[in-house]
Amino acid sequence: MIGLVHYLVVAAILFTMGVLGIFMNRKNIIVILMAIELILLAVNLNFVAFSAYLHDLVGQVFAMFVLTVAAGEAAIGLAILVIYFRGRGTIAVDDVNRMKG
Amino acid sequence: MIQTLAFYLFAILVILSGALTISSRNPVHSVLWLILAFFNGAGLMLLCGAEFIAMLLVIVYVGAVAVLFLFVVMMLDIDFAEMRAGFVKYLWPGLALAIALAIEIFIAVGAWSVGGVQLARRAAPTPDTIPNIQAIGMLLYSRYLFIFEGAGLVLLVAMIGAIVLTHRARAGVKVQNISRQNARRPQDATRNVNQPVGQGVEL
Repeated sequence: MIGLVHYLVVAAILFTMGVLGIFMNRKNIIVILMAIELILLAVNLNFVAFSAYLHDLVGQVFAMFVLTVAAGEAAIGLAILVIYFRGRGTIAVDDVNRMKG
Repeated sequence: MIQTLAFYLFAILVILSGALTISSRNPVHSVLWLILAFFNGAGLMLLCGAEFIAMLLVIVYVGAVAVLFLFVVMMLDIDFAEMRAGFVKYLWPGLALAIALAIEIFIAVGAWSVGGVQLARRAAPTPDTIPNIQAIGMLLYSRYLFIFEGAGLVLLVAMIGAIVLTHRARAGVKVQNISRQNARRPQDATRNVNQPVGQGVEL
């Protein structure tokens, strides 16, 4: 069986890649949302790896809840993106100041 | 041996497709790389025995979330070349931050040791005799029932929220208002007049 640290290293690389994706695609909110999904995938990998190596099922149950929240977050995020695009005709997030009031 | 081989295959592919997700020029390609990343992540989870979560990942992410992304990317008419403007400008600070974060995580992983974990105090030890999905189901529908229903509520709220956000009432569209129809009474709608002969009808 593969060691736990292998999984943790893969998840860590994936996590930092997600963070890097948020930084690199500052203008493109769709790719930012995808980077957030990558981060959540890394977190889920950690949960499942620990769950498997400690023989404790709670990690997998919690990973399922993370999955639920991630799905809801993607749906709401994309809905906000759609109405933002409808109002402005662009999805550049550099100058999101509509909510200044 | 075959497990190690499969692990390295999945690990390399998940990292590679993650990198291509965040660096693709075209967001449609990004979504497709994201799908590949999720497939390989599911493979990694399969390798350590979490079959249910792996299948859930494929069904939920590849079947629903990635398709949602694909729909939105293709529905919105966006100039993607313009989106790339700050890519190089933010690359180096982002890279520095990501490397610092990675080093921190590696240090944290190095400091972690299994000796500190009290294995006797696990919340739900994995049973050896029943399959993974059955064990999760028994745990989910007994001890975590209310949290499970809370997750369903989160999904319901997300669904209603997405509908409320994106729904717009278009002007000039005639729709049936059933409650107004039902509330309409004959005495409000009709008028009884005694019309004199030879005069016009007032409408």
